[in-house]
Amino acid sequence: MSAGRFGIHGGQYIPETLMNAVRELEEAYDHYKNDPEFNRELNTLLNEYAGRPSRLYFAEKMTRDLGGAKIYLKREDLNHTGAHKINNVLGQALLAKKMGKTRLIAETGAGQHGVATATAAALMDMECVVFMGEEDTRRQALNVYRMKLLGAEVIPVTTGTATLKDAVSQAMREWTSRIADTHYCLGSVMGPHPFPTIVRDFQAVISKEIKQQILEKEGRLPDAVIACVGGGSNAIGSFYHFINDPSVQLIGCEAAGRGIDTPETAATIATGKLGIFHGMKSYFCQDDDGQIAPVYSISAGLDYPGIGPEHAWLHDIGRAQYVPITDEQAVEAFEYLARTEGIIPAIESAHAIAHAMQIAPKMARDQIIVITISGRGDKDCAAIARYRGEDLHE
Amino acid sequence: MSRIRNAFANGKAFIPFITCGDPDIATTEAVIRAAVANGADLIELGIPFSDPTAEGPVIMNANLRALTNGIRTDDVFELVARLRRDIEISLVFMTYANVVFSYGSEKFFTRCQQTGIDGLILPDVPFEEKGEFLEIGHRHGVELISMVAPTSADRISMIAREAEGFIYVVSSLGVTGTRTRITTDLASIVRVIRENTAVPCAVGFGISTPEQARKMADNSDGAIVGSAIIKLLERYGKDSPKYVGAYVKSMKDAVR
Repeated sequence: MSAGRFGIHGGQYIPETLMNAVRELEEAYDHYKNDPEFNRELNTLLNEYAGRPSRLYFAEKMTRDLGGAKIYLKREDLNHTGAHKINNVLGQALLAKKMGKTRLIAETGAGQHGVATATAAALMDMECVVFMGEEDTRRQALNVYRMKLLGAEVIPVTTGTATLKDAVSQAMREWTSRIADTHYCLGSVMGPHPFPTIVRDFQAVISKEIKQQILEKEGRLPDAVIACVGGGSNAIGSFYHFINDPSVQLIGCEAAGRGIDTPETAATIATGKLGIFHGMKSYFCQDDDGQIAPVYSISAGLDYPGIGPEHAWLHDIGRAQYVPITDEQAVEAFEYLARTEGIIPAIESAHAIAHAMQIAPKMARDQIIVITISGRGDKDCAAIARYRGEDLHE
Repeated sequence: MSRIRNAFANGKAFIPFITCGDPDIATTEAVIRAAVANGADLIELGIPFSDPTAEGPVIMNANLRALTNGIRTDDVFELVARLRRDIEISLVFMTYANVVFSYGSEKFFTRCQQTGIDGLILPDVPFEEKGEFLEIGHRHGVELISMVAPTSADRISMIAREAEGFIYVVSSLGVTGTRTRITTDLASIVRVIRENTAVPCAVGFGISTPEQARKMADNSDGAIVGSAIIKLLERYGKDSPKYVGAYVKSMKDAVR
């Protein structure tokens, strides 16, 4: 079996045209990940530019209100550009620069990864092209404007469902046509090897910090770490340094959309089956003929028919648990956190909050839950207002 | 001699690609018959996939039209079985890994063998991933066609040494679709292939005119054309067979 496997998942299912490009990327990454100078530069960017470490905030009111486990929020929403995406992008952009690339291309769903990539490109004097499903350019119009403001070109993708999966396909097509000067800055722990590993390593800073911070604050590990999962980058980043701590429950929250018993869902573990797509073997929402399903979620960032191969493996071995959260549950959690803690989370992150709201009351008061708030919710306010029947447009 | 090898025994080969079920399966069948009658040496049959990441807009849309019309993988196998009652030339499938994998690879290759499919092209299965399909293919007499790209460089000899059926040489960077110019140094790529294998090689991606086809075939053992044919289907729909027939004749005359 080929390189980059997580159990049976992962691999490199891509056109021959891209094989030398991913090999070159793997070689460069293997070199630079151990290079002190590279790591010094990256840490400076993460700390001085992105604002790391992000806070681990004790949500006291929420804890009291739910009446069970102590709840901590890992505040990735406070990073520069407003989400965890910047962690990975700064790493990949720096790597691309070292490789002599002058142009970044990226896919984006909610727009957070696109904004982060456009930001890194502006900072590092690189050209930037972002592919975004046309449907998502409407749902996330503000982020489209931000990307353009940062100097990126945004290309609306009209094929298929015109959402995240189509943006990934189009970015892959673009990469096959222009490789020499271009790095594909993939935004999640998916795609062909080495992307799931590279993105995970760059996002693992989240769990590294959580571990350090919770030990400082509580003197012990949490009982559960909860994060939302689309492709799964903030979740794997939140889980990674706890994988070998069996007392820590790892819970990924998938987007169930209008419910896992309806076709309007994006919950891959709950409704998908094993397949091969977008460069990897993993679980995908698909029909009996292997046609990829037109998935749905209120959250553009979780509206993806697959899940990263390392999550598929963590699911197979029972190390992590994946639970579906509906639009309605997520919207309620979005409103709840705003009211209770004065924090407006991304609608993606609200899926993780919704699950914590279900389990915290059933847990003991000396137990600890950490929820990763992967991004801030400013971008979602108009869409949630519309969901609640208000005629609000940006 | 295998049917695939036969395709390269009649001068340089002309290989048309057709997406099955676009606009409907009856038209596909008539188009294939017209291509065979006008000198096609081997036919690539596309099994539609919802997200064909190696295709440009023309073939992507053909895939979506076929799926919108309700084409299933089993409909394609039934089409092949009908064609095989009287068509002798080599037929190979072009589709994506998930179509085969989700059907059940063992069952898929068994159906290929039963209906008379000689080879399989999976553009999202490179050399490193072919093992899981190759072994099953061998047990069912179905050859897995390897692709070589302009970026393959040091990989060409490795791919060529293990190649079977024929080698699909990708003419240009990017996805499928017609191009006005093809600038890749194909002669050098083909030279490395020939140093490593006796398996024939045909060039595809971007070819639409007889002049391009002749030039590509001069450098190799044949030319593959997809998007230019799909455009005829897009334009003429159910009336396509006569236009595709005439086109295939002009292309075969150019390469032979």
